[in-house]
Amino acid sequence: MLRFVLKRLWDGLLTLAALITLTFFTMRLAPGGPFSRNRKISPEVQANIEAAFHLDEPVIQQFGRYLWGLLLLDLGPSTRFRDYSVGDLIASGLPYSLTIGLWAVLVAALVGVAFGIAGALRRNRPTDYALGIIAVTGIAVPIFVIGPLAQVVFALWLDWVPVGGLDAGWRSLILPILVLSLPNIAYISRLTRSAMIETLRENYVRTARAKGLGPTRTLRSHAMTGTLLPVIAYLGPATAAIITGSILIETIFAVPGIGRFFVDAALNRDYPLVMGITLLYGGVLIAFNIATDLARAWMDPRVRHA
Amino acid sequence: MRDMSPLALQLRRFRANRLAMVSVALLALIILACFLGPYAFPFTGEDADFDYISAPIDLFSPHPFGTDEFGRDLLVRVLEGGQVSLTIGFLGAVVAGGIGVLYGAVAGYAGGRADSLMMRAVEILYGFPYVILVILLSLLLGGGNIALFAAIVFTLWLTPAVIVRAQAQSLAKREFIEAARAGGMTGRQIVLEHIVPNCAGVVIVYGSLLVPEVILSESFLSFLGIGIKEPQASWGNLIQAGTSEMETDLRLLLLPGGLLGITLFCLNFIADGLRDAFDPDDR
Repeated sequence: MLRFVLKRLWDGLLTLAALITLTFFTMRLAPGGPFSRNRKISPEVQANIEAAFHLDEPVIQQFGRYLWGLLLLDLGPSTRFRDYSVGDLIASGLPYSLTIGLWAVLVAALVGVAFGIAGALRRNRPTDYALGIIAVTGIAVPIFVIGPLAQVVFALWLDWVPVGGLDAGWRSLILPILVLSLPNIAYISRLTRSAMIETLRENYVRTARAKGLGPTRTLRSHAMTGTLLPVIAYLGPATAAIITGSILIETIFAVPGIGRFFVDAALNRDYPLVMGITLLYGGVLIAFNIATDLARAWMDPRVRHA
Repeated sequence: MRDMSPLALQLRRFRANRLAMVSVALLALIILACFLGPYAFPFTGEDADFDYISAPIDLFSPHPFGTDEFGRDLLVRVLEGGQVSLTIGFLGAVVAGGIGVLYGAVAGYAGGRADSLMMRAVEILYGFPYVILVILLSLLLGGGNIALFAAIVFTLWLTPAVIVRAQAQSLAKREFIEAARAGGMTGRQIVLEHIVPNCAGVVIVYGSLLVPEVILSESFLSFLGIGIKEPQASWGNLIQAGTSEMETDLRLLLLPGGLLGITLFCLNFIADGLRDAFDPDDR
C-alpha cells in the first residue's frame, strides 16, 4: 500500500513538473508580454519595469529563477496586480472559493446520491421520471443561464437573498452554492441511479437477499458499496475543479475568489500568476486523484488486490 | 424475421425511442431556422434600426421579438448566433472525435512504452486548467475565430482518446487482429481497417455527447468575453448581454438562453437514445 502511494506521488510530481515546464514556455511563445499593452509609457520606463521583473533575461534563466523561487515556496510577484505577490493573491481569494466549492460538493454529493437511489428504487415510476427531469435540466441548462435566472427570481422578485457580493453573510452564499451544485447534482444522481440498478442485479446482492436480509440491510451493507464506487471516481476530479474556483459563479455572483484569476491572468499575460494558478489547480487535481484511488482501494477489494 | 445487420438493428432501436426522435425533429427545426430564418428578414443581425431602439416584443412590427439597445433585431441575432454555435458544435465534435479516435486507437493497439508515453501526455494535458489552456492556445494561434475553434477542439479530444484506447486495448488481443497481422497487414492498416471500425459504437455514443460539450464550451467562453466577439453574435455573448439587462428586460436573456437550453436538451436526449440503442445492456 505504501509503495502504491509513493509511486502515485512520484508520478504526480513528474506530471506537475511537465505541467510547469509546458506552461512556462507556451506562455512565452504566445505573442505579447505583461507590459506590452501599456502604450503610454516610454521605452526606457518599459525596459526598467521589465528589468525589475527579470523579463529581460534569457528565457532559460527566467525559468531557472522561477524554479529556485518554487523551492523557497515563493510564487513570485504578480505583474498585473502591482505590489501583490502571487501567494498573496491566491491567499486572499482561496478562502471564498473553498467555502463555496466545498459546500457545493457536499450538497451535490448528498442530494445527488439521494436522488439517484430514490430513482433506482422507484425505477420507471413517477418519482424516477420527476428526478430524471431535474437531472436532465441540470445537465442541459448551463450555469450561466440558470444563475442569472435564479438571481432574477430569488433576489429581484422574491428578495430572499442578495443578488451578489458577500455583504449579507451566509445568505449571500446560498445562491452561488446551489447554482454551482446543480449540474453536479444532475451528474451524480444519474451516475448513482445507473450504478444502483446495476448493483442490484449482482449475484452478491441476490445472495444477501436469499439468506434473508431485509431490504434496508441489503441496501446499506451490500448494495451501497457498489453504488458509491463510480460516484467517488467522479467526485475526486470534480471536487478539485470546483474548489479551485468557478469562474462563472464568481463572475455572475461577484465573489472575490480565485476563479476570476484564471481568465484575468491569462489575458493580461501575468506570467507568474498563470504559473501559480496552474500549479495550484494541477496540484489539487493530482492530490484528489490519488485520494480517489485510495478511497476506491479501501472500499473495493477487487481494486486493492489488482 | 429477416436478417438484419447490427447497424440496422441499432437504428431501429433508436427510431423506436420517442423522446430521441422528437429531439431529432426539434433539432432539425432549430438548425433550419438558424440557417434559413435570417433570409426572411431584409436586414442582418448587425444592422441597427434607429427607429426601434430597445423595442419590446411586438409580433406585428418589423422586429417580432424586439431589438437590443443598439436597435439590432433580437430574433435575427439569436438565429445568426445559432449558426455560429451549431457550426462550431458539430464541426468541433467531428474534428475532436476524429483526433481522439485515432490517438486512442494507435495507443491502445501499440501498447507497451508508446502507449504509456501517449497516455502520460494525455494526463498532463488533463492537468491544465481548461480556461488557461484555451486562452493560451488561441493567443498562440493568433486569435480570431479559427484560433478559438482550434483551442476548443484541442481541449476536447482527450476524453474520446481515453475511451477509444480502452476499447482498442481489448481489441488488440482478439484473434482476428492476430490473423490480420499473420496475413501481413501493417500496423497502420490494422488500426484503420480493424481497430477504428470496431470502435464505431463507442465513438458514435461519445461523439454525440461531444456536440453539446463543444457548444457549451463555445458559449461559456463567449459569455466570459473570450470567445466570439461583438458585433458578431453567438449564443454565449447574447446571454451575457442579456444578463446585464435582466433587471429591466428579461427577454434579452430568455430568448438566447432558452434556445441554447432547448438545443442542449435535444442533443442530450439524442445521445441518450444512441447509447440505449448501441448499448442495450448498459441500462
